[in-house]
Amino acid sequence: MRAEKNNIFYGVDWILIILYIALVGFGWMNIYAATTNDANSDVLDFSTKYGKQLLWIILCIPLIIFILFFNSKFYEKFASILYLIGILSLLGLFVFGKNINGAQSWYAFGSASLQPSEFAKAFTALAVAKLLSDRQYNLKLIKNQIKAFIIIFLPAILIALQPDLGSVLVYLSFFFVLNREGLTLNYIIFGSIAIVLFLLTLLFGPIAIIFMVFGLLSILVVYFLKKHKGYLKFNWHKVLGIYLIFGLYIFSSGYIFNNVFEQHQRDRFEILLGISKDTKKIGYNTNQSLQAISSGGGFGKGFLQGERTQGDFVPEQHTDYIFSTVGEEWGFLGSSLVIILFMLLLYRIIYLAETHKNKFGRIYGYGLASILFFHVIINIGMVIQLLPTVGIPLPFFSYGGSSLWGFTLLLFIFIKLDANKSYDW
Amino acid sequence: MKRSSLLYFFITLAGLILIGRLFQLQVINGADLDPNHNAAVKVIYDYPERGYIYDRNGKLLVANQLSYDVMVVPNEVEPLDTIEFCNLLKINLDYFKRKYKTAKNYSPWLPSVFLKQLAKEDFAFLQEKLHKFKGFYIQKRNIRNYPISSAANVLGYISEVNELEAKNNPNFQQGELIGSSGVEKSYDSILRGIKGKKFLHRNRLNKIIGKYKDGEYDTLAVNGQDITLTIDSELQQYGELLMSGKRGGIVAIEPKTGEILALISSPTYNPNMMVGRQRAYNSTILMDEKNLDKPMYDRSLQATYPPGSPFKLINALIGLQEGVIDENSGVYCYGGYRYGNRKGAFQKCHCDIFGGPIRLHTAISKSCNSYFSTTYRKIIDNAETATVGMDIWSNHVKSFGLGNYLGYDLPSGQKGLIPDGNYYDSRYKYSWGPTTNISNAIGQGEILTTPIQLANVTAAIANKGYFFTPHVLKKSNGKDITNPKYTKPKKTTIDSKYFDPIIEGMHEVFKTGTGKWSNIKGIDIVGKTGTSENFTIIDGVRKQLRDHSILIAFAPKDDPKIAIAVFVENGGYGSTIAAPITSLLIEKYLNKKITGNNRKWIENNMINLSLRDIYDQKEIVPKTTFKD
Repeated sequence: MRAEKNNIFYGVDWILIILYIALVGFGWMNIYAATTNDANSDVLDFSTKYGKQLLWIILCIPLIIFILFFNSKFYEKFASILYLIGILSLLGLFVFGKNINGAQSWYAFGSASLQPSEFAKAFTALAVAKLLSDRQYNLKLIKNQIKAFIIIFLPAILIALQPDLGSVLVYLSFFFVLNREGLTLNYIIFGSIAIVLFLLTLLFGPIAIIFMVFGLLSILVVYFLKKHKGYLKFNWHKVLGIYLIFGLYIFSSGYIFNNVFEQHQRDRFEILLGISKDTKKIGYNTNQSLQAISSGGGFGKGFLQGERTQGDFVPEQHTDYIFSTVGEEWGFLGSSLVIILFMLLLYRIIYLAETHKNKFGRIYGYGLASILFFHVIINIGMVIQLLPTVGIPLPFFSYGGSSLWGFTLLLFIFIKLDANKSYDW
Repeated sequence: MKRSSLLYFFITLAGLILIGRLFQLQVINGADLDPNHNAAVKVIYDYPERGYIYDRNGKLLVANQLSYDVMVVPNEVEPLDTIEFCNLLKINLDYFKRKYKTAKNYSPWLPSVFLKQLAKEDFAFLQEKLHKFKGFYIQKRNIRNYPISSAANVLGYISEVNELEAKNNPNFQQGELIGSSGVEKSYDSILRGIKGKKFLHRNRLNKIIGKYKDGEYDTLAVNGQDITLTIDSELQQYGELLMSGKRGGIVAIEPKTGEILALISSPTYNPNMMVGRQRAYNSTILMDEKNLDKPMYDRSLQATYPPGSPFKLINALIGLQEGVIDENSGVYCYGGYRYGNRKGAFQKCHCDIFGGPIRLHTAISKSCNSYFSTTYRKIIDNAETATVGMDIWSNHVKSFGLGNYLGYDLPSGQKGLIPDGNYYDSRYKYSWGPTTNISNAIGQGEILTTPIQLANVTAAIANKGYFFTPHVLKKSNGKDITNPKYTKPKKTTIDSKYFDPIIEGMHEVFKTGTGKWSNIKGIDIVGKTGTSENFTIIDGVRKQLRDHSILIAFAPKDDPKIAIAVFVENGGYGSTIAAPITSLLIEKYLNKKITGNNRKWIENNMINLSLRDIYDQKEIVPKTTFKD
């Protein structure tokens, strides 16, 4: 027993680790394809992007050993402190941060730089798990709900101020965790309705949508009237209120879009909704990426054979648009394989989380799955033009040390929690 | 529902949506992608030579000559000395800016035509200097050349694929040439050949990295195939000569095959006008709406005229087929035909035969209006209602290829008009009878035909009941055509035996009747003259113009080798212009020359006869009578 405990790999879930290695390995091959050229093809040339990424990947090994070295109780006990460190590192950015591409999201160390928001996700997941696993904690109470919201949205707000809106979206994924632990679905339903109405208003204008929504509401009212004769008599204020809220929301959608959003954000929405076509400026990236993916066909052009990838047609291909390399060189076969790998990873995490008797491990697992899930759909959805352009990385694939380490940290904390679950409650 | 299933559900749903979208992008859209559409690939074209066109006797009608275009690929252009460049090309700065902008708007990656069809001397000079200007290059192209300046309406012309066509059809680049009328259009796919392509791989910065996939997709140019037309260029040229100074159309067909021997539209133009740098200037003149000569308008295919007396033959055939008359039925003519009790219900006739019954043979040779009106009325009255009778009549007429597109292999045409029962039902609200449209009996009234349709009717009569769809293609790539559309006969609804009395009557026309002055020794011509009334609207008033001169004929009688229809607009009597022209064409085709002083005199007369005065003044003439 003791010997087993001293082996840091004791009890770890090898399926997760194999999936992790597969994703990171395949990801690096694609970064190599996207950044190599005739002049630079030496794998161990650390001045190149693929070389640096290889270095980050190799450095993941000590990181993983470090993570697995701690007892799983450590993460539960020190969750609050780690969270605090995360928040402080985000706050510190406003003073010491380095501005890259208009966002003050980086600490610079010589030629390398570190993005704390990539690590803050892991710490937030720990903090949420810690809060929700408390025996006294009941999510039905509004007071408790607000506590959870504060923990989740504090880092989100700090990140929004950098500004890095893409990463903020990820924090919405915590609703899945809260829902699993008993939060009513109404938040998600209301949120979805709000988003759908917002998009529809942009597409068809407020007047048409008002008519549509009021029509549907009126059908509901008539339905209730049939059921209870005196429905309107007792509930008229509620009914009126709902009409008012919807009306105000729809009209303010247009106002917010035109006056609060930045021009580049408006453009992204309009391109996605097909309101404006643009293949040169804002839409250039997505258009190039779509063409690269389409040109891959069913079976792809083969490793290092994608002429769009090799000709550097897709800007930022090694970071946010890495999936377009997969699409071009590996075709439908390769790109759906990547999606299936991610799905397997997520299924496995949720399956394992459900086996935890300890609430902390389960909640953390859910947080991990939700974060990964959001990253994958937002990134791939953007690359294949199902969602507006939002700059967030594809986990384990995109170039960048912070992102790779952040996700490795997230995943391996869970692997550690999972390894110790049998005697850990 | 277990709480965990919500996330499972979303993961599965999202995964399927992503995979579905990838399927759409890669498998469905991706299948259509070819290297042509790839920004990483530069395509260089090698243009094939367009096929030559020969006439039925192997005479060259259309050949090629070289021409040089300056092309531009805007993204490859580097800063240049525009003044020097403009001087070199002999263009002004304005032209440079305008063309460059258009090319860039069209596509920054694809070549656009910058300056068209350089002279040969300019090309040699430019070739040496142009390499200095990156992004510009000279493209060699073949343009058309017409050794015999004739048959422009048949041959058609080629023009550049415009921006819109080039966008819609990925097989064409802007500035490539495509047949846009006549044979050039109908048989463009045979004549064009297949352009060769070389694929080069380039990067984002437009640098050529090498051959794309080691030339796996490269293709060689395949030259266009030569074609041989059914046109007899001697006959065609002769017909155009005879028609000089007149408007109208002539179509000559070989009845045994349906091959079009000549397709003359007058006035016509020199096909060389639509080639080279003068083309734009010439085409505005040729296509000028105000020019009533309309040289680009093919009167032999597109002009619809009332056929006049030749149409009587069809009515006689229908009468025979329906059994309402026979060869010996007699009609008394009293200087006209009274078809009602009202005062105006009288159709004049000038056959000048009184006191005896007129039979079919005489009725045709003397063109008796009364006879054919009686016959027409009998046909309609034979059915239970006028509508049904009219439909029966209409179906017979349409079986000769009238009232609809004939289906020949040239891209322009008109349906003409053959009314049916329905036509009059909706026009007269069911209160009408055979006398309402009695003019149909003599080829006037609502009936409209094109010259080629009438030539086809003549061929059907010559063949005694069937015809081959007229066509102009004889051979492609050295092989005779096999398309059953043109090699299988089409039957009319009239039995073959009924044609003999008609042909006998038509023979009489050239022996003793209206065409006797145009008879040729040694050739039995069979035909029918016609004179058709026509009207125009001048300042809102319907005015009658001088009659059209019409004739249909075939020869020789016992072994028809040529069937012909002639329309001369406002030429007056059929016997005065159409008949001599027809007989000259027949003589030229069968004997290869015109012999005899009398015939030479007629030939000379016809060539020099100009109706210009009549066309220019739009002369209003008193109503003529039908004396054909």
